[in-house]
Amino acid sequence: MVKTIAEINEKIRQGKAVVVTAEEIIDIAREKGMKKAAQEVDVVTTGTFGIMCSSGAYFNIGHSKPRIKLGGGRTYLNDVQAYTGLGAVDLFLGANALPDDDPRNRIHPGEFNYGGGHVIEELVAGKDVRLAATAYGTDCYPRRKLETWINIKDLNQAVLFNVRNAYQNYTVAVNLSEKTIYTYMGILKPKLGNANYSSAGQLSPLFNDPYYKTIGIGTKIFLGGGTGFITWQGTQHNPDVPRTEKGVPKTMAATIATIGDLKQMSPRWLIGASILGYGCSLTVGVGVPIPILSEEILQYTTVSDQDIIAPVVDYSDAFPQMKPDVLTEVSYAELKSGKIKVKGKDVPTASLSSYPRAVEIAGILKEWIQAGKFLLTEPVEPLPGVESGVTQKPLNERPIEY
Amino acid sequence: MAVSKRIVLHFPRRLVERPIIYRLVKDYDLEFNILKASITPEEEGLLVLELKGDQKEYDKGIDFLIKAGVKIQALSQDITRNEERCTNCGACVTVCPTGAFKLEPKTRIVLFDNDKCIACGLCIPACPPRAMEVHF
Repeated sequence: MVKTIAEINEKIRQGKAVVVTAEEIIDIAREKGMKKAAQEVDVVTTGTFGIMCSSGAYFNIGHSKPRIKLGGGRTYLNDVQAYTGLGAVDLFLGANALPDDDPRNRIHPGEFNYGGGHVIEELVAGKDVRLAATAYGTDCYPRRKLETWINIKDLNQAVLFNVRNAYQNYTVAVNLSEKTIYTYMGILKPKLGNANYSSAGQLSPLFNDPYYKTIGIGTKIFLGGGTGFITWQGTQHNPDVPRTEKGVPKTMAATIATIGDLKQMSPRWLIGASILGYGCSLTVGVGVPIPILSEEILQYTTVSDQDIIAPVVDYSDAFPQMKPDVLTEVSYAELKSGKIKVKGKDVPTASLSSYPRAVEIAGILKEWIQAGKFLLTEPVEPLPGVESGVTQKPLNERPIEY
Repeated sequence: MAVSKRIVLHFPRRLVERPIIYRLVKDYDLEFNILKASITPEEEGLLVLELKGDQKEYDKGIDFLIKAGVKIQALSQDITRNEERCTNCGACVTVCPTGAFKLEPKTRIVLFDNDKCIACGLCIPACPPRAMEVHF
């Protein structure tokens, strides 16, 4: 049994496609068997909703009269600095950007109440944002100062562009030290006081297509409440890692870069995040549809939390010091039970990504496809796979001699 | 009948230096456990207490506090969750010292049990979307 994306799209257009979520498919395949399920189901939808730091947005604000060249100067959006090393009125705002006067971690742990991710959330919510810019002035762009309200509806382009989203697997963070630490994996209490994880597990997009057989460059996705596309492998894409018998990576592996029109997204699915003692970020909703082209593809989508293994890492020493030490490996089923065993101790667990929201995303994507509003795309290129030679290398520091 | 309640006391400036809690123990035989205190001279004081004792004596004690000018609030009113902002991620679950946040096992929705909350405030900065709010 082999289906094509064109055939599935035809069924979607006719309103006849059978679409289920990556959670629902587990029981369906168990009841009907892989073969029958693969024949009957056309699309499996996935979802994840977590803090994704390498997210950002670019804007073209339109030319002022007289003209100003923001490039090479300084521009702030609600006091958060945007990147101006682009053409005259193009800006990039990263989710981690902070106002110049934010105290950061001067009083540790810093609160990081407002940053780039929050500006993006406010823009998406349709709120006016204060732009303040200084520039050096040229013959063709004479203006040196600009202060104005901007609104997403008036911008020429407002585009969410995330260079790393939807990590395929993630480490579980614990703290072996004697004091509380404040990390991007949340507050970690001393002496194995808690363990934090961040993945939707069985619903997470790349766990359901572990060898990237359908997900690739050009794949149309749910992004921030609207539609978007996968543009490239995400940064730190690292497909060649140890895997389970079913092909599931046992540690952090693939990532995707994503893009989409911010104007059609929603603040329910792009939420500014404040991470105590760490910084600001953006919580992003991503959902990827998986076309069931064969029984093999279907089998991958039946992955469940018991099949997914994650490494437990000490964030007081091993992580900051780039040591490869893994304390133990646990399954997502164990993580979701509320406690895991590390070094003989029961450690309570908590999630940083929202499973209920991941379920909702997979459900929305399912509805869009069932309603014929969302057609599947054929990838233009696959993501680099296990054999590609793409790896995540550490920095090779070479001291500069003076 | 014995009771055990968690209450928030607001002391006006003039009462900050008086041994109010001592009287609760001495005159009304109430057992207390301080859950949170922030009393600064020259300003209003705030005390979150767990009070245990006989119902009659408890009522008399509360009466005494009110007459002395202490404003009393039930604890559960003070920490609220902004349901619009909460994403049900679960970052608060292990941070809370009293286990006031519980996951609904099937849906993994985070339930907030006001009665268990001691208004310590640890969940407020621990929440990435800042959905937990304090109203003292």
